[in-house]
Amino acid sequence: MSASGDSESVDQPRPQHPGDDHATFSALLEDSAEDLYEHAPCGYLSTLLDGTIAKINTTLLDWLGYDHGDLVGRRTFSDLLTVGGRLYHETHFGPLLRMQGEVSGIALELKALDGTRLPVLVTSTVKTGGDGRPLLIRTTVFDARDRRAYETELLRARKEAELEREELKRLNATLQQTLLPPTLVNVPGLDVAAHYHVASTDMVGGDFYDLFPLSAGTWGLFLGDVCGKGAAAAAVTSLARYTLRAAAVYDPDPAAVLGNLNTVLHHEYNGHDPRFCTVVFGLLTPEGDRGGFRITLASGGHPPALLLRADGSADHVHTPGGQLMGVLSDAHIATATVHLAAGDTLLLHTDGLTEAHPDGTRGGGRYGDEALLDFVRALAPTTASDTVAAIRDLLDTFGTGVDDDTAVLAINVPRPTSEEQP
Amino acid sequence: MCRLSTRSRNHVTVSGRAGGPVVMLAHGFGCDQHMWRLVVPLLERDFTVVLFDHVGAGHSDPSAWSPERHSTLDGYTEDVLEICRELALGPVTFVGHSVSAMMGVLAAAREPQAFTGLVLLAPSPCFVDDPATGYRGGFSAEDIDELLESLDANYLGWSGAMAPVIMGNPERPELGEELTNSFCRADPDIARVFARVTFLSDNREDLAEVGVPTLVAQCSADAIAPPEVGAFVRTRIPGSRLVTLKATGHCPQLAAPEETAAAITDFVRAGR
Repeated sequence: MSASGDSESVDQPRPQHPGDDHATFSALLEDSAEDLYEHAPCGYLSTLLDGTIAKINTTLLDWLGYDHGDLVGRRTFSDLLTVGGRLYHETHFGPLLRMQGEVSGIALELKALDGTRLPVLVTSTVKTGGDGRPLLIRTTVFDARDRRAYETELLRARKEAELEREELKRLNATLQQTLLPPTLVNVPGLDVAAHYHVASTDMVGGDFYDLFPLSAGTWGLFLGDVCGKGAAAAAVTSLARYTLRAAAVYDPDPAAVLGNLNTVLHHEYNGHDPRFCTVVFGLLTPEGDRGGFRITLASGGHPPALLLRADGSADHVHTPGGQLMGVLSDAHIATATVHLAAGDTLLLHTDGLTEAHPDGTRGGGRYGDEALLDFVRALAPTTASDTVAAIRDLLDTFGTGVDDDTAVLAINVPRPTSEEQP
Repeated sequence: MCRLSTRSRNHVTVSGRAGGPVVMLAHGFGCDQHMWRLVVPLLERDFTVVLFDHVGAGHSDPSAWSPERHSTLDGYTEDVLEICRELALGPVTFVGHSVSAMMGVLAAAREPQAFTGLVLLAPSPCFVDDPATGYRGGFSAEDIDELLESLDANYLGWSGAMAPVIMGNPERPELGEELTNSFCRADPDIARVFARVTFLSDNREDLAEVGVPTLVAQCSADAIAPPEVGAFVRTRIPGSRLVTLKATGHCPQLAAPEETAAAITDFVRAGR
């Protein structure tokens, strides 16, 4: 450092004669190299490569309460550290210093003679000789008490936030579970399987499905998707679920069930916070002598169901023109009726599946309805559980490309077992 | 999901004399395979040298880290054995530094045919004191908690944004190299678990199971593995030999690479 004072700015009147600068500033700054070293506002320490303390300044000795003779030539730098700090020093700091020639800003704690601990920030450089071989290690030590207290507070806050995030995830998972049937009921003569894929554990999703008995041997089922995610969407999901079940008891005609749902959602949310959903509702009726089931589907803006026939063909069950539930006071509801014979499988799904990005990135294209149709054509003829297992595997291959929750529900009329066949 | 190759999982590198005796160098807790960079050139002249990063360290694939598998030394040991099997270079001399020395002990006990010998560099079978048996590992359980605090204090600079740069570019390691202190960077959650595995494992009973030639190489002054621990290892491994290196500290491969390489070389040559 230059002692000329040319570039130094000191808040004192400048001397009359320029020639006096040097002497005046020297006197003011008291900057003998020795004094600067000994009484610097930080600790200075030089050690041999094995850590033995070779030189230490007064500032650091004062902080620690040691005399010069206690440390120089007698103790190593790591002797001054707490045991945990020593482990960190030996496993991280030391190796890094050897490999990089310098290490900066490492947080350690020094042990003072009286047993108190001094949080410090340590920076070390290796001084090499003319031949490049390392000679000694120079270390500066900064008092980090205030900073460490602040950091401890930050760490505590972070740990708390992590715990709360875990708790939120648990709550979300629990809430999600309450929106789905704990287990699917057993429908005589029907094989049933479902899967719910959670895209993010941070937010409760808006997909839902259910299968439940109605009067006179008939069964109701539905699968839907509430627009949005989070607590508000979960409230709509809950409302939609219970409305659908109650409406189906009152009048099981699928178009009437969705008509009632639409009215309830429209009344509830037609203010400044519109909430809507897409849903497909089905009424399952056993076909008695003919065998199998008749299913009438009503769709309110939902992706078409897929029918995988026993003969290996597969196609959409189109319900064109069905409108979103909850938007209009009198939504158009489309219906379709199909017969499920032995070996047929009906698949309902939410658009999390067809809107997924198969290449795993949001930039890529979406999977799409046609790709899904091709996929199930390759599956048919199949069973409910095999269909759902295949869809699960498909979602796995998409990985992070599935950015929305996905629900699938499959029902299948089992083929007669071989003993029953003529 | 396809099975991950151990080569990319552990960022395995193979160098040196093809067809020469195989020396596998395993780094300990703290940094990565760069720990060996001063001894590697000295060994490459005579040997095939295998380097790797433990899962969670260096340029290993962080997605391969599993809280079940990597919460015990057995999981790491299985990683080592899998690397040996996949490389299929025949029996290797395994040089394990610090905690990796015990992985060598466990691996040789499990599959002795995979090893021509073990070099245990600054080993400790148990870091924590055991007053019941009079064993002195040098540390108490509270000391290990203190280390975890030190880790936390020094991971403040870690950010989620940096993680992909450091950990997620195994094909472009230079991205990580440019970052300061990258040799010793690890995901803090993984580092905490590895610290516990390292310092709270007790493998004293496993030493007697080693049936391959073993060299115990300890340092003159080691704050982590004191001399009596090296002597303990030597007495418990049947037929093992102890050398005390002039090197001080816990990392002789950095402090005294020539001496360390010479000890390894002599051991491998004597075994042929």
